[in-house]
Amino acid sequence: MKLCRVLGTVVATAKHPVYVGRKLMVVQPVDELGQAQGHSFLAVDQVQAGEGDLVLVNSEGNGARQLIPIEKLPIRSLIVGIVDQVDAG
Amino acid sequence: MYLGRVIGTVVAERKYEGLEGVKLLVVQPLNHRREPTGEPIVAADSVRAGPGELVYLTHAREAALALDISFVPVDATIIGIVDRMDTTP
Repeated sequence: MKLCRVLGTVVATAKHPVYVGRKLMVVQPVDELGQAQGHSFLAVDQVQAGEGDLVLVNSEGNGARQLIPIEKLPIRSLIVGIVDQVDAG
Repeated sequence: MYLGRVIGTVVAERKYEGLEGVKLLVVQPLNHRREPTGEPIVAADSVRAGPGELVYLTHAREAALALDISFVPVDATIIGIVDRMDTTP
């Protein structure tokens, strides 16, 4: 899983039916000190995260299919936790 | 999942079984600032996107799961057309 900062939301009308009613967020991977690392990407929110939150993102399809039990689930990245504190280094 | 801009179309008359009728588009992957994050890719389209549109995609195994016939050799699929993005810069 990756530590990420939530940057905001993406709104779409034309979308795959599985995405209807799900909140899609823009997340920026960060290091243990909160510094941006790499490119931002999109993740479906499972934990009511908000803009500015430090979150845990699972970017793997099988993990996503365990949390959202739809057989043909075209979702790869899920926000699965809101981070309170990181102690590292 | 990630953002991209449709920059063109691909026509392939002879395709793998199961891909008949699947539209292929050339997409430039982008970050949340709409800056390119790598080389353009060819993606299947599940939402009738068109050239110039800002879209989002899913990749790897989940790309094929977004299509009607889901056991096909596809590694990126457009799954939404972005109406609006609310993000911190």
